Amino acid sequence: MDPIFLKVLIGTTLLASSAAVVGAFSYLKGQSLVGDAIAHALLPGVVLAFLLGDGRNPIFLIVGALISGLIAHYGIGYIQSRTKLKSDTAVSLVLSTFFGFGIMLMSLIQRSGQGQQAGLERYLLGKAAAITMDDVYVFSALAVLLMVGVGLFYKGFQLMTFNEDFAAAIGLPVTFIRFTFTVLTVLAITIGIQTVGVVLMAALLITPSAAARAWTKSLPTMLLLAAVFAASSAITGTYISSAIPKMPTGPWVVLVLAFFGFGSLIFAPEKGWLAKRRRALANQKKTVRENVLKLMYQQEERNGVSVVLSTENMLSIRVMQPEKLRNSLRDLKRRLLVVEHGNGYALTELGRSEGRRVVRLHRLWELYLTERLGMAADHIHPGAETMEHVITPEIEELLVKELGNPELDPHQSPIPYEEA
Amino acid sequence: MVGDAISHAVLPGIAIAYWLSQSRASLWMFLGAAIVGVGATIVIEVLRKKLRVQSDASIGMTFTSLFALGVVLITYWSDSVDLDQECVLYGEIAYVPFNLWLVDGVSYGPIALWSSGVLLLVVLLYIIIGYKGLKMTSFNEDYAAVLGIAAGLWNLSLMSMVSLATVVSFESVGAILVVALLVAPAATAYLFIQRLKPLLFASASIGLVGALGGYGLSKVLETSIAGSIATVLGALFLIALIIHSLLARKTSKYAVEA
Repeated sequence: MDPIFLKVLIGTTLLASSAAVVGAFSYLKGQSLVGDAIAHALLPGVVLAFLLGDGRNPIFLIVGALISGLIAHYGIGYIQSRTKLKSDTAVSLVLSTFFGFGIMLMSLIQRSGQGQQAGLERYLLGKAAAITMDDVYVFSALAVLLMVGVGLFYKGFQLMTFNEDFAAAIGLPVTFIRFTFTVLTVLAITIGIQTVGVVLMAALLITPSAAARAWTKSLPTMLLLAAVFAASSAITGTYISSAIPKMPTGPWVVLVLAFFGFGSLIFAPEKGWLAKRRRALANQKKTVRENVLKLMYQQEERNGVSVVLSTENMLSIRVMQPEKLRNSLRDLKRRLLVVEHGNGYALTELGRSEGRRVVRLHRLWELYLTERLGMAADHIHPGAETMEHVITPEIEELLVKELGNPELDPHQSPIPYEEA
Repeated sequence: MVGDAISHAVLPGIAIAYWLSQSRASLWMFLGAAIVGVGATIVIEVLRKKLRVQSDASIGMTFTSLFALGVVLITYWSDSVDLDQECVLYGEIAYVPFNLWLVDGVSYGPIALWSSGVLLLVVLLYIIIGYKGLKMTSFNEDYAAVLGIAAGLWNLSLMSMVSLATVVSFESVGAILVVALLVAPAATAYLFIQRLKPLLFASASIGLVGALGGYGLSKVLETSIAGSIATVLGALFLIALIIHSLLARKTSKYAVEA
């Protein structure tokens, strides 16, 4: 394999996965954009380090970046806690003015014509393709440092993220933990920025976590998944950019990440958009089915005999979309809850019992609202229309017990129990 | 922060508009930017409300993805699209005087001066006409909705205004520094003034002082104009913040003594 390609590959993969792990904590704290601000705010520190010392020495620039990033981080915190400014105003204010200051300092260097700005340029636009072997060593060392740091402080970070007050109450050194976390974040950003540039750094911190969060609720799994998403994006992005001439690596890594991120948010089981939609749709269908059974049961109740109802009959009794009703009836027939008779439908024994259950829940809930919550009898119907689809058998049992096996609902209709 | 995000997110829109129209005319760039900008706002809202992504993260995810797409498009079309990342990041106002508006060989002055002038007029008109709707929507969206003010529409139009200001400014000051212009004056004024009308005038004045001061600084030090303006705006905020903190300490001391 091409050694340059390999270097870029190792470098970006290390960077992306360590940034993802640190970013996951910021994501869970809801402070993802602080990372974006820090990425921009590093610039003045880097340029000052360049001006004051040896510009070629990456360690020197990293120290400059670290100091600048810490000042920005605490500056944002100060503005957020001491003024009435909104927290995102504080973030964008620090971001843009620090960056502007950095640009101003940089133009000083350009004017003095010191030439070797390669070390600086990469802090702005990121130059993944220019990764040297020295960089790979520095990046690996930092990646190891980050992983070890997160490993050692795992419990502390976890508590800091989810419940800082609790962490303080059980005697954890919260200030120290937060400081360590900030240093690690700034370090991750400092090295990450050299690969993807100042603007796209935020993607390395945020997107893997957003993607991972869609798949899991557990923190360790989320950290692992975020790292895996980041690493595979780094590998794929590096590969694409090397396959197409002139293509920059950073943006491709971010595009692949975006693909994972938006893909996860749409397709992930349970929390994904499609799964949510499917659940909502299934729920809607169940509600329509139960409403149809209820309607048919009430007609039987009124007439005292089994009745055959056409779709027109049903629509004249209850407002429904005809299309939805027809679909629902087809569904009910498949479930053996109704049978077709001529041009109408009648309940089966199974369907009758189900319709009875819905009517019973409706009336029980109405009774509960009037008896226990003291609501007026003419205000309770809409609430019961919803609750009849929600109440579980366990809650039903409790309701019956609470109300003392009632016979009649507030409108004097009988509460239909299943015959023993 | 949404302003910041939009200023980055519009890049692919600008690139596509540039590629389609083959011109750097602000109108086309604005159209492209406005479409992508509004689209980005919608995506951010959907991520936040429908998919329950943290609000910070939905902003960050969206604008970085779009920016990356923009960079890739620009690189891909680099033969025909004369834009680069640097120009987007920290545009150069110093070149503005050379980019003249020529009609039949007669110069009417720098294009950016005209577009910025028009922008100023449009923004002023927008604020004067929409003052009430904007005020209601900014302070209490629900109350505004009750009064029959279309809050969603005002939000959308405000976002479009931000996109417009961003696109017109970005050739001169770049996508990041335009954020300093958007945020810093208002934030500085808001430390001391909470009433809307005085706040508007104060931020406009601070913006003006920052721009003139920054320009002066850049003349003296021979540095980037946009960077210097942002620096001066940052310094103004810092001074205001120190005064604000001192005042706060004083009042709290009196409060304890009383």
